[in-house]
Amino acid sequence: MGIVSDFFEWFGSLGVFFWQVLKAAVTPPYEWRELIRQLDEVGSKSLPLVATAGAAIGAVLSMEARSSLSRFGAKAMLPSAIVYSVVLEMGPIITGLVVSGRVGAGIGAELASMKVTEQIDAIEASAINPYRLLAATRILACILMLPLLTLAADATGVFSGWLTQTLVEPVSLRQFINGGFAGATFNDFLPPTFKTAVFGLIVGLIACFQGMRTRGGAEGVGRAATNSVVLASLFVILADVVLVKFIQVFFP
Amino acid sequence: MQSLATQTMTTSPDISTRRDQLELDGSAPVLSVTNLTKSFGNRKVLNGLSLSVNRGETIAVLGRSGTGKSVLLRIIIGLAKPDSGEVCIHGQNIAGLSMDQLGEFRKKMGFLFQHAALYDSLTVGENVAFPLDHHRRGMAQSEKTERVRQLLSEVGLERDAGKMPSDISGGMQKRAGLARALALEPEILLLDEPTAGLDPISSGEIDDLVLKLQREHNMASIVVTHDMYSAKTIANRLAILDKGQVVIEGTFKDLQASNIEFVQEFLSHA
Repeated sequence: MGIVSDFFEWFGSLGVFFWQVLKAAVTPPYEWRELIRQLDEVGSKSLPLVATAGAAIGAVLSMEARSSLSRFGAKAMLPSAIVYSVVLEMGPIITGLVVSGRVGAGIGAELASMKVTEQIDAIEASAINPYRLLAATRILACILMLPLLTLAADATGVFSGWLTQTLVEPVSLRQFINGGFAGATFNDFLPPTFKTAVFGLIVGLIACFQGMRTRGGAEGVGRAATNSVVLASLFVILADVVLVKFIQVFFP
Repeated sequence: MQSLATQTMTTSPDISTRRDQLELDGSAPVLSVTNLTKSFGNRKVLNGLSLSVNRGETIAVLGRSGTGKSVLLRIIIGLAKPDSGEVCIHGQNIAGLSMDQLGEFRKKMGFLFQHAALYDSLTVGENVAFPLDHHRRGMAQSEKTERVRQLLSEVGLERDAGKMPSDISGGMQKRAGLARALALEPEILLLDEPTAGLDPISSGEIDDLVLKLQREHNMASIVVTHDMYSAKTIANRLAILDKGQVVIEGTFKDLQASNIEFVQEFLSHA
């Protein structure tokens, strides 16, 4: 019974928190300087990690798909298999998970540490809305940066897919790209890229929420960071299921 | 839509001018709390507490640990909501206002946290500049720099502006916190255990600093403390809390002359 009520209490508090952030985000004064700092923190600093993860996934996909497609005599489909797999699913989900790990833990720990040392109270006591300054800027940065990071993961994934393929059986990059994107439309690629804005909302919202409701010293800070990563990753994967179906229905 | 706080502040200019006059000559309190109650679960921390402070006056709030002294300050600044009762700033009740509505009143108050609560990712100078960056957006950078230098100089930290909070002592952190609290030239200063955890020399320095600031800025101050020596030094009046209420309020001599058993016991251990 306790777990069920805790579950509903958590969701209720998350809803109230989201409403507070939303109200603060749409009313002035706008915290442009902090937003730009967070765009850099979430975007530029996650780029190497996301690009590397994308490249690794592209290489693995290339190796696995080559072996599977060879069995069915469909090796010619390899570029398409890699491009579609990376751009439709692997790029977005890997970006979502990598960012929920790096940024989720960072935001969760930073805000939790500020909370237990009364720095968030000090911000509020200085007549500054912490939902606007701390939460809205971080969540917005996550929403704006996730699609851009996804494009980077897609690019390195496709490139490393080609590189892995060409090491075994030389093929030019132009040929690989032409083959991979043959018959593709923007409708195929834009919705999966932009769905990561929802991942950004999830990562930013959960990390800020967990950080700003922390209690209990160093242990609380550690718990907030762990919970931010675990919950953000879990909800990114669950949201992906819903979003894929949504995209299939509305962008066939 | 105009906020409630702004509305209440801008209505009846005659009344507010008269009130300003009364506050100036000390006939009306700048800050008053009336019948405050606050519980955490089954534990009643404040139980009908009333207190007021005039311009240029300092009141020290003393009492055993857990009697709601810090909660009182948190309610006044709006970080906690009372279960019932009123908190009036310039005669206007601010209890229950939303965060943004409270903003205008909070700008009139400076708060020194027990552990200073400096922003650990900013330097001492940036900490002091923080309220100015957010509330004096039109202020020229050179003017801001000069104001920060002046504030740090007032608390004796003019040479430490570039240091991180983790690189300075506890006493220096409190002084930096005090400079930050004064950045917006508050009319009311709230100090939560300003000398707690400090050696006697640092405590004395903080006391001297608070006295100097009171003389120069003529603020209304509430100091929550366990340090009777500090309270005697800096406060015009002392209030002792027990069971969530003010047991006695007056000068140190009034307290000494009291027959109340709790007050005598408290003073004998202080």
